[in-house]
Amino acid sequence: MKFGILVNEGPYQHQASDTAYQFVKAALDQGHEIVRVFFYHDGVNNGTRLTTPPQDDRNIVNRWSELAKEHELDMVVCVAAAQRRGIVDADEAKRHGKDADNIADGFRISGLGQLIEAGIKADRMMIFGD
Amino acid sequence: MANQTKKFLYINRRAPYGTVYALEGLETVLIGAAFEQDVSMAFMDDGVFQLKDHQDSGETGMKNFSPTYRALGDYEVTKLYVERESLEARGLRPEDLMALTYEDEDDDYKEKPSIHIVSSAELADILEIQDVIFNF
Repeated sequence: MKFGILVNEGPYQHQASDTAYQFVKAALDQGHEIVRVFFYHDGVNNGTRLTTPPQDDRNIVNRWSELAKEHELDMVVCVAAAQRRGIVDADEAKRHGKDADNIADGFRISGLGQLIEAGIKADRMMIFGD
Repeated sequence: MANQTKKFLYINRRAPYGTVYALEGLETVLIGAAFEQDVSMAFMDDGVFQLKDHQDSGETGMKNFSPTYRALGDYEVTKLYVERESLEARGLRPEDLMALTYEDEDDDYKEKPSIHIVSSAELADILEIQDVIFNF
């Protein structure tokens, strides 16, 4: 089955990101396809490489990056939501005159059209959030 | 099947201000409208406040984005289902909501109401027939 994934909450504060990760991993392990993982609302905070959680806890951001690398996942951070919350890649930093970028490996910034397209392409759209 | 039309339902369950869910949810609907899918919106729980007429967010410093709902008809988003039980629990009447309308191009561009008040059971039936449900 082809799954589209939407993550609507940030890491640590809320379980949605952990659950989405576990779901994606289990689906891939069973041979399903992940059309795209889209991060919206505070979910965009899953895509900052500047997090430094305690060493005895899971590193949610790195975990997504590693999964993306291993399975060539398409992980998209919504540009409008990212701008509000300070998730920036090199292009966005330049465009808005910021002095740094913080996007983590495996994430790319794009528009909401990518979410709708995932909904159209997927057999089932899974929403992780409240 | 790239040209296939799917039924998209956007469920709005949160008040318009206090969090950004409602505003960002509406942005998704407007972007999604360009994809020519079969779009509906549902409003339940505190989400019914999003359609309240005469919103004034001035002193909160938050942008009053309620006029944007009036543009939905132009984006061909013409099916807005409001759960009756949620309205009643909050002391709201249908006439407290914005009078949202659209022009029906299949009926000589007659102006028709976009908002339909439905019971919880009717809303369940509407959910049942959807292909994609987003929940904001």
